Amino acid sequence: MSEPDLTPRARTRDRVAASLRRRYRAERRFRAYGIGAVAIGLLFVVFVFYTIISKGYPAFLQTYVQLDVDYSAELLDPEGKRATADLESADYQALIKAALRERFPEVTERAELRKLYALISSGADLTLRNRVLSDPGRIGKRESVWLLAKDQVDLLAKGEVDRSLPESQRNIDDQAIGWVDRLRAEHRLETRFNVAFFRNGDSREPEQAGVWGAVVGSFFTLVVTLGLSFPIGVAAAVYLEEFAKRSRFTDLIEVNINNLAAVPSIVFGLLGLAMFIQFFGLPRSAPLVGGLVLTLMTLPTIIITSRAALKAVPPSIREAALGMGASRVQTMLHHVLPLAMPGMLTGAIIGMARALGESAPLLMIGMVAFVADVPKSLSSAATVLPVQVYLWSSSPERAFVERTSGAIIVLLAFLLIMNAAAVFLRSRFERRW
Amino acid sequence: MGDNTSSAAVRTSLTAVPASGAQAGFTTRTVGEVVVPNPVMSARAVNVYYGDKHAIKDVSLDIGRNAVIALIGPSGCGKSTFLRSLNRMNDTIEAARITGSITLDGEDIYDRQQDVVQLRARVGMVFQKPNPFPKSIYENIAYGPRIHGLVASRADLDEIVQTSLQKAGLWEEVKDRLDHSGTSLSGGQQQRLCIARAIAVDPEVILMDEPCSALDPIATARIEDLIDELRQNYTIVIVTHNMQQAARVSQRTAYFHLGDLIEVGPTEQIFTNPGHKLTEDYITGRFG
Repeated sequence: MSEPDLTPRARTRDRVAASLRRRYRAERRFRAYGIGAVAIGLLFVVFVFYTIISKGYPAFLQTYVQLDVDYSAELLDPEGKRATADLESADYQALIKAALRERFPEVTERAELRKLYALISSGADLTLRNRVLSDPGRIGKRESVWLLAKDQVDLLAKGEVDRSLPESQRNIDDQAIGWVDRLRAEHRLETRFNVAFFRNGDSREPEQAGVWGAVVGSFFTLVVTLGLSFPIGVAAAVYLEEFAKRSRFTDLIEVNINNLAAVPSIVFGLLGLAMFIQFFGLPRSAPLVGGLVLTLMTLPTIIITSRAALKAVPPSIREAALGMGASRVQTMLHHVLPLAMPGMLTGAIIGMARALGESAPLLMIGMVAFVADVPKSLSSAATVLPVQVYLWSSSPERAFVERTSGAIIVLLAFLLIMNAAAVFLRSRFERRW
Repeated sequence: MGDNTSSAAVRTSLTAVPASGAQAGFTTRTVGEVVVPNPVMSARAVNVYYGDKHAIKDVSLDIGRNAVIALIGPSGCGKSTFLRSLNRMNDTIEAARITGSITLDGEDIYDRQQDVVQLRARVGMVFQKPNPFPKSIYENIAYGPRIHGLVASRADLDEIVQTSLQKAGLWEEVKDRLDHSGTSLSGGQQQRLCIARAIAVDPEVILMDEPCSALDPIATARIEDLIDELRQNYTIVIVTHNMQQAARVSQRTAYFHLGDLIEVGPTEQIFTNPGHKLTEDYITGRFG
């Protein structure tokens, strides 16, 4: 067999072998493309998380300064009546200034004093006021109190100020840095977990600003959205999928639902402004209106995914139930809907996640206003997390940068919690069936 | 079960049942006796259309009481359509249209007064692919009695579940795991579960649409034995592609061809001495 085998069959074999090599190469190539795509995707995710977390984690820390405060009776209650109204309106700022002067006796010049007073947040007097109001017996006594530091001091303490920069390019000068270093050396400066960030509403002062107002606003808004869009969406999907006879009219509805899903969200905001606020006269900036607008936006998503979930239920289940003499509604409620529920929940969660991250339509209905109070009801003025991120990102103060990322972290955490809840619910449903 | 049959008999005795096609005043091209004495169900001049497709043409057939009738024929001959028109499962298909009349104990089942839910409680169905609900075995059986309000207490329900499973020959295999999912059973067990589910509401007629086509020979044999036992108390209409099966389990056989009911007669006669050329060609395996 030294002669090459030139029979047609041998040639076929050679050709197959050659083409096999080509096919395997193509396979390897496509696998490599796939892995590359996944890797690039992962890289971006890692990059996003790294930047946000590295920028945002200092927002969860806050610097406090310890001062020896003299609750001087002449300053707080010169008449000595201890009347609550008097104590409420007393000048606690003066106590802080006095304590600072006492700690830094060498500072006497007016301009320098103003700089010294700026070490402590303008909201710190509330701390003192609350202490006095809770126990008026403090008046006339001395006490060491941890007070909220001003944002520049906070940034410096957290190492976010570049000391090598020329003084003119920093918003804290060398003298103030010297004072802060002295306070630190005396263990009168401390960075703690920033509880206020999770408890306060928005504020003009970065060190007092928190996300709680936006979290509550988002919560109220989503409650309205979920409460309206899920039942309406599921009912619409069930009717269209299970009960409606196919006709030109239902085709038209279907096309329109698909179109609505693709409408830019800001258009829904304009619609909400014109309809809910102008026509129905609902309050501006309210979670109620925000929820209604987001309902319009999420409804198509929920209807489409719910219909897909209903379609995915095997027809044999419907036949079995109908064959047993179950009515159409019973078949629906006892068998089809429970089986479709995991898919519907997924759709609802996707819709809710989109709604939670939505800012554009809410800008149109006034939820972009500066709201310092934590909303109390569905109709009180509020903002939501993504809008809060937007507001802070456009604030000039340097300290809002970390707070912006901090708010993004909170937003992402809520999204993760929602998804985890969805997965949990789904697995529960699937185990039951 | 006993008094259900007797009450049904009383009901039919009030209705005039024709002894044969000619006497009843309808014509049929079908070879053999389409009419039987005291039938549970009778179809007269039934036509079914799916849109433009004429799926069943002018079929008249009586379903005899407490007997098994097999519907055979090549694919697409309309036997399943005919079966599904007996409990109005065709209603679920939007394009389906039916003319003629089908009566159950003398009452027209396509009458406006007839409640389709009640009809399906009286005419149960077992499908080609075992389709237990993805719930526990217990819940599968309990579903029918529960939605039809047949039970007053949990104890009654327990009893129905047990007797239904016993009748379907499944009780011994599953009595210790009634809370397991119905879908965890083997294919043959699932099909017997479906039969148990159907008999739990004590129907008069059980329709079976190729109940063994998805099963192995052993499971098939068990179902066939079961059909034979159930014949004592139920009327069974079975569609099958398996002619040996038709010969084994049925007393009457009806042969469908392209929507026509070609021939009907005692099973033995159909298989040994068919009266129509098409029947003969089919059972001898010349097509189908």
